Amino acid sequence: MAPVIEIKDLTKSYRRGSQSIVVLENLSLDIEESEFLALMGPSGSGKSTLLNLIAGLDKADSGSIRVRGTDISSLSENGLAKWRAENVGFIFQFYNLIPVLTAFENVELPLILTNLSRKERKEHVTTALRLVNLEDRMEHYPRQLSGGQQQRVAIARAVVTDPTILVADEPTGDLDRRSAEEVLGLMEKLSSVIGKTVVMVTHDPRAAKKAGNIKYLEKGVLANAPQASFPECI
Amino acid sequence: MLLKLLFRNAFRHRLRTALTVCGICVAILSFGLLRTVVSAWYAGVDASSATRLVTRNAISLVFPLPLSYKEKIRGVEGVKLVSLGNWFGGIYIEEKNFFANFAVDSKTYLDLYPEFVIPADQKLSFFKERKGCVVGRKLAKRFGWKIGDAIVLRGTIFPGNWEFVLRAIYRGRDKTIDENQFFFHWDYLNETMKKIQPRRADQVGFYMVGMASPDITAETTESIDKLFKNSFAETLTETEKVFQMGFISLSQTILTVIQLVSMVVIVIIMAVAANTMAMSVRERMSEYAVFKTLGFGGGYLAFLILGESMVITALGCGMGILLTYPAADAFARAVGEFFPVFNVAKETIYLDIAASVIIGVVAAVFPIWRAVSVPIASGLGRIG
Ligand SMILES: Nc1ncnc2c1ncn2[C@@H]1O[C@H](COP(=O)(O)OP(=O)(O)OP(=O)(O)O)[C@@H](O)[C@H]1O
Ligand SMILES: [Mg+2]
Repeated sequence: MAPVIEIKDLTKSYRRGSQSIVVLENLSLDIEESEFLALMGPSGSGKSTLLNLIAGLDKADSGSIRVRGTDISSLSENGLAKWRAENVGFIFQFYNLIPVLTAFENVELPLILTNLSRKERKEHVTTALRLVNLEDRMEHYPRQLSGGQQQRVAIARAVVTDPTILVADEPTGDLDRRSAEEVLGLMEKLSSVIGKTVVMVTHDPRAAKKAGNIKYLEKGVLANAPQASFPECI
Repeated sequence: MLLKLLFRNAFRHRLRTALTVCGICVAILSFGLLRTVVSAWYAGVDASSATRLVTRNAISLVFPLPLSYKEKIRGVEGVKLVSLGNWFGGIYIEEKNFFANFAVDSKTYLDLYPEFVIPADQKLSFFKERKGCVVGRKLAKRFGWKIGDAIVLRGTIFPGNWEFVLRAIYRGRDKTIDENQFFFHWDYLNETMKKIQPRRADQVGFYMVGMASPDITAETTESIDKLFKNSFAETLTETEKVFQMGFISLSQTILTVIQLVSMVVIVIIMAVAANTMAMSVRERMSEYAVFKTLGFGGGYLAFLILGESMVITALGCGMGILLTYPAADAFARAVGEFFPVFNVAKETIYLDIAASVIIGVVAAVFPIWRAVSVPIASGLGRIG
């Protein structure tokens, strides 16, 4: 079967004043269906940049990214927004829930862009919250939840639209060990049981071990094993 | 659900929202009051009829015209009715009880002013009584006068104490009509003057001329003034509107200033509201970035931000309008003598609403532009 995500010769650079710094150079990568991939690498190596490109939040300078056959680098701004709504679930380091919405409403948010009825939306939200074991916290506001619980609500929000891929940028970066375990367990379950493709950026080797596959990004180059200059992972 | 979110956003910072709402409320209130003061000033003009002309001494209002002009004016083509009168300038007990009082040729004058509505029986007894007088409803209420009461005015221009009997009370046909005036028979004034100062008898302060049709041109007024050209008392004839405007133009500068201030108030509150919205949106940049990440387009963000801005301004505007009425009443009670007609006009309310809509939109424009244009990644403050 063809890979879900095919990245070819991807180059991305940022301008800083007059000079431009190349962050990713001719990077190629295939990610298979139901794969749980962890991206590691030193700070500033371009992990978040790569993840943003895969998720369609940013545009590459050259090269292509195909997700299930769609070349997302050729989509317009609006087309990309629509594509994101249908195909990508996001999990952030700081959860990024909307503080004035309850857990239920936060999870319901992405469904507003679909044409599901109110009743169908309710079913989807309940299912997603059950999946992360927070059915009993539906009416709670984010500030009434612990960090781990908030991150689980965020996971529910990411999966409620049944997206093709899930992207997570340091999802356990702000959590204690136990909450991190829970969150990682969930992500692992999402890929192995439900069959979602998950791409996760992390600094934590323990977190990376949960993933089926680990790639190391350094100086814009991907490798299957850490290089000597990246000792914290050995 | 987005609507719910919009309302919750508006009340997220209760204190900030409350202060902004208060500010808008006060701004709308003062805007409304200032506008009402301006329109009260113009009330006489608005109430003036298009078919009435005023003929007065060309030198100045304080110089009289001979009584003999009446018949001559009546002979001018297009003239239907001629009345006459004098500013009496009488004082009731004390100077602070000021109100306008005129000696008028009563029958013709009331014919010229159908907007003064008087019950037929009262009108009749007023005509029969030599010392009879007719007053506006508000004036009668102010001094507790009832039909049959004796009223004494101390003359300033015409010496002596003048006795009158209240025979009729008029009410305005609509709210723009001044109900604070006092009229009595010119004949009573003239006959008394014949006795005490014969030199000053048969002198008229102004002629009120009723035209058959409202299309009055410069030629119409000239045809009256031409009659008295090169006589010892030349005349100046104007439409009633222009005549009233003449009074106002004295205070035109003040009016302009008031109008300017009312605009400035709106501009200031616009800046305050814009600042509130800018602060709120800046704080929530990462939330709007999440919306964009999830695929919500600029239209949704605009709806959320504009809606929030509108909720806040609408609240302030509503409160401001509700407070305008009691405030205008209190104001009218305090300075009623100067503004015989002091009503909050419908137009003022429309202007209030228009101003609030503009405030709401202006306050939202810049924050919307910011929220929409910031790249997602920097909006999230680094995704990770
Ligand atoms: N919007 C931007 N403008 C300019 N430079 C940027 C921008 N975003 C990222 N960079 C630069 O690109 C490089 C890679 O950044 P990126 O955020 O992808 O690193 P990272 O691997 O995620 O780091 P970390 O582990 O600290 O999150 C860094 O040198 C960063 O300074
Ligand atoms: Mg990063």
